[in-house]
Order: sequence, then C-alpha cells, then structure tokens
Amino acid sequence: MQRPFRFADVMRSTFSQVPFLGWLLGGLAAVTVEHLVGFQLAGLLGMPRVPVLFGCVVMLKKPLLIPAAATFVLLVYVVPACVVARVSAPITNRIASRLLRFPVVLPVLFHLALLYGILEMWSDLSAYRDLTLRLTLISVMLTLSLNVINGYMGEFSCSHPGFMALGAYAASVFTLGLFANDRVFGPAVLPPALGSFVFPFGLFLGGGVAALGALAIAVPSFRTRGDYLAIISLAFMFIVKSAIENLEVVGGPRGLSSHPNWATLPAVFFWTVACVWVIHNFVSSTLGKALNAVRDDEMAAEAMTVNTRKTKVVAFLFGAFWAGVAGGLFAHVLRYVNPGTFGLQKLAEVLAMVYFGGLNSVYGSIVGAVSLSLLGEALRPLEIFKWIIIPLLLILVMIYRPTGLIAFRDFDVKRIIRPRDGKGEQV
Amino acid sequence: MALLKVTDMSHDFGGLRAVNNYHLEIESGEICGLIGPNGAGKTTIFNLITGIHRPTEGAILFEGQSIVGLQPYEIAARGISRTFQNLRLWRHMTVLDHVKMARYSKLGYGLVGALFGSGRCRRQEAAIEEKARGLLDMVGNGRFAQQMVPNIPYSAQRRVEMARALATEPKILLLDEPTAGMNPEELAQMMRIIRTVHRTLGLAIFLIEHRLKMVMERRWCDAVDGK
Repeated sequence: MQRPFRFADVMRSTFSQVPFLGWLLGGLAAVTVEHLVGFQLAGLLGMPRVPVLFGCVVMLKKPLLIPAAATFVLLVYVVPACVVARVSAPITNRIASRLLRFPVVLPVLFHLALLYGILEMWSDLSAYRDLTLRLTLISVMLTLSLNVINGYMGEFSCSHPGFMALGAYAASVFTLGLFANDRVFGPAVLPPALGSFVFPFGLFLGGGVAALGALAIAVPSFRTRGDYLAIISLAFMFIVKSAIENLEVVGGPRGLSSHPNWATLPAVFFWTVACVWVIHNFVSSTLGKALNAVRDDEMAAEAMTVNTRKTKVVAFLFGAFWAGVAGGLFAHVLRYVNPGTFGLQKLAEVLAMVYFGGLNSVYGSIVGAVSLSLLGEALRPLEIFKWIIIPLLLILVMIYRPTGLIAFRDFDVKRIIRPRDGKGEQV
Repeated sequence: MALLKVTDMSHDFGGLRAVNNYHLEIESGEICGLIGPNGAGKTTIFNLITGIHRPTEGAILFEGQSIVGLQPYEIAARGISRTFQNLRLWRHMTVLDHVKMARYSKLGYGLVGALFGSGRCRRQEAAIEEKARGLLDMVGNGRFAQQMVPNIPYSAQRRVEMARALATEPKILLLDEPTAGMNPEELAQMMRIIRTVHRTLGLAIFLIEHRLKMVMERRWCDAVDGK
C-alpha cells in the first residue's frame, strides 16, 4: 500500500544523508550570503537593517515586518544552508569518511575550525550578535559545570553563582591589579600588551579560587545529602555575594570596571571547547562514572572500592573550577563586574538551563544553554511576558520529559562527524 | 592462619544488641554458610565485616591484620567483596559500566589522565573493559553488556552484582542471599556460577542462605554457622 504523501518524510529522506560537515558548509554558505547581500536585501524588504537574531526581535517589535523578516530568514539562512548542504552531500560524505581515517583529533579540529568560521562571520555583522554569542558560549560552560554536580553526581547544588563570582572577582583582580589603570587598584604594574598572553593564568586563578571555595560545600556533603546540602549551598552563594558587597578592597557593591577587552570570541570559543572536551573526558572515564555510582547508590559504590569522599570532593572542585573560569570570562566579556549579578536570578538561569537541556548529558547541557540563552534574547521585546513564556516552557518540558530534553545520553564525537551515506557507518 | 577471623564481635543499635559474641574463622578457599531466622542479625554481620557499621566490641582480622575502623572502600580494596540482599545496582548505568566501576581502586591513571584522556587512560579503560566482558560471560550476562540495569531480568541483575563483586578481585566473597526470589532454573544457574567461581578463582565464600536444602543436603558448605 502506498503511504500518503507526507512533508516530514520527504524532508527526512532528502536531508538524512547530509553529514555534519555538510551542514557546516551550508552554514558557511548562509553567513557568506548574508555578508554579501544581507544589507541590500534587508533594504529591499523595507527593514532598517539586517535582522540581528534571525528576525525574532524585529517580528516581535513590529508585527508588520513579520513577512519581510521571514522572507529574509528564508532567503539568507534556510535556502542557502539547505541547498548547499544537500548538493554537497556526496562530496562532504566522501571527505567525512576520508577524515575518519586520521586520528580523531584531526577531523574534530577541522569541524571546529569550520564552526568557528561560521560563528565569526555571523557575529562580525553586529556587536550585539558578538556579545550574545560570547555570553551563550559562557553559559554552555556554566551549564556543563553545574551538570557535573547536579546531573552526574545528583546533588542539588545552588552555589554556582557563588563559584562564578569567586572566579569573576579573582580573575578581575588579577587583570585589573596588574594590567590596567583602575580606580580601585591604581595604575598598571605590567604593560597591558603583555596581558592577553597572561589572561589564561588569570582564568586559572579564578577557577582555582572557585574550587577552593567549593571545599566549603564538598566537606559538608560527606554527611549531608539532598535538601539539606541544597540549603548549605544556597547559604554559600549568599555568603559570597554579601562578602563581596562588603569588601571595599574589591569595589564593594559598585563592583569593578575597566577590564581590558581580552575575552574576545576566539578566546571564549577556545575555553568553551576546552571545557566541553575535558568534562566529556572526565565523565566518560571510569573515574568520572564513579560520580554516577555515588548518585545512584552510595553504599554500593563504597562496597565496590569507590572512594566516595574523594569522588564528591573531585566533583565539587571540578564543577566549581569551570564555573570560576566561566565567571572570569563573563567579567571580561561585560568588562564590568558587580556582586549583584551573582544572585538568585543567575542561579535560576543556570538551573533552568541544566534541567531544560537534560541531566547527565553533555549534549543536553549544550542544547539547554544555547536554546535558553537565545530564547531569552529573542523574546526580549516581549518584556515581562518573556518571564511567563520561558518558565511555561520549562514546566512543559518537566511534564513531558522529567529529566530534561536530552538526558542520560553519551556524547560521541565520532557519531556526530560520521558520514551519512550508508557507507562507512560502522565506525 | 585463617583468611578471615572474627572474635567476640558484638554490635548494639542503640539499646538493641543485634550481634552478640560472634565468632568466625574462614580459611582461604573455603565455603561457609550462615543461617538464621529473619532478624537474627545475619546481614548485620556482613555489614560489620565490610565496614558499613563498626562493631561495638570484638576484633576482625583479615589476613592477620585488623580491619576494624577502616572505610568500606578500603576493606573492599583489600579483598573482601560482597553482594547485597536487596539489589543495590546503579540504575542509570550499563551492565558493563557496573563491572568496570568495580575496578576503581585498581585504576592507575589518576585524575589528570582522566581529564585529558591520556594514552595510559585509554589503554587501561580498554583493558578493564575486556576484563569486565570476561566476567560478564562467566556469569552468563555477556549479551546484556550494553543494557541499562533496570531493563534486564531480575535474575540477570543478581548476576550483575555477582560479576561486579568479582571484578574487585576479592579473596573472599560475601553473598547475601544470592538466590532470593529465584525460580528453580535460575537457582540452579546461580549455584553453578557460585561453584565455578569457587573452583576457578579459588575464592573463599561466605554466604547467607535461607534454602537449607541448598546449604546442607548437597554438601555445599564446609561449615554452617548459625545460632
């Protein structure tokens, strides 16, 4: 019997053969088109400038421009990306299968370079895009690092903004104290030109300080679990916040500013990739899976020679380290940091990203962080209604997928970059 | 010298004396059973030996050294492994990961190796995976290797616990009612596995069992310990 014509089936059979490399190529084509004709096309369609976030903001602000924005998105992004991806599929499949013969690092670097190219070209067109993109990447790091504690180890930690604040302040003090003329720390000690090479050390310092702070949660976690540990961690967050507010040496509630512009897109992209890579390595090793064992049954873990205390300390310190690095980058992206940023609002944001994306999953964290960050920006024109729509979405996800969109899934790079033409799928 | 020697062990839960002056000696390679009615304190004895509780009085010597006061994971790493009466499996982990996890104390790559996926880490992971698959085949669970634990049959779950306990390379295996809730067929399989383990690995086995038929008639145990 012939199946009825279904649009979804056609789309699936047309695009299922496109490998990840093909989509990257498509994306590259789309941003190239935008670079070449975006401005003229926007003028032609009666829009004042190129829509910044796929037309979402324009559509919500001026409903009359919906057709124009939709056409723009279709012509500039959807059509070029799909056509190039589909047409190039035979070639990209061949390249993908050839790349797989090399050690996995090389094809991954190749894909990442392409991805970076797309992001760079896309964000090149407006400062707003650049900022949004960098903040999104930072929230990927944050979400992933919180997932180590809340997802992989299953403790409900609320102290992430606190870790982030520690990292942000430690890194800020490092750069402002040494490399910038600042109202709190006085003139620069070292030449600022040297700074961008030393910036990684500042971030490491931030991560280290955050990890040190995490000991305050890790030690109580030996004896307390669940709600009580959540309360301890919440208390920690408030302690950090009010401590910084009352420390005049680091600017008090007014915070610190005049950070040099070191957290550029390449730097943030590099740190995000490093974070994903290291966390993925960790959670897929047996040493890292001990976190899951401690979460699912601590007594059984002990009986199977797992040092549960060490495991907990490692999880907290590791999660906090990356939160600290993300905090350091965050301060340098905004080029301003004050204690008020690291409060309940931030906590709700990160927790939402973790639980929306999915527990115990690197994919989930990336999806959760990217989708909620972009959604938050895209719905900005709705003002107060944004805070109705996003929580509503969260409620729906919690009802239909209680552990998040993509939970408990192993992140497999080889699967992502494999060719999809039926040949060489058995890698 | 006895492999495991317990002398004058007593344990109080508050005012309740759960274990009173318990004595035990197990030589290496010996099978020993422990019987008693429900609530007699059999599982408490297991918990005391494996370090989950600390005995109020008495001494526990393993290979001539006192293990009282050590953490459970240290005792397990020394060579006392156990299964649990009510299955204690990690419900979000695959069968294979269960067995690999029990190699935790034998991992030599350290945290840095795990973070950066060093060559040593990858080689060791491959080695323990092979070992784990061997153990799973031994208990007849090879085909479930990639399954999540809640998705496999109950008796297979019990065998996962068994394989996991064996992966720690114990010198003595403590089995807490290994055949509870099994049908005769599964029972026979479990008995076969226990015998194979005993014979090929030369382990001492100390087990709690309610089916006296198993323990006594078929000359299973060299000694039966009860109150």
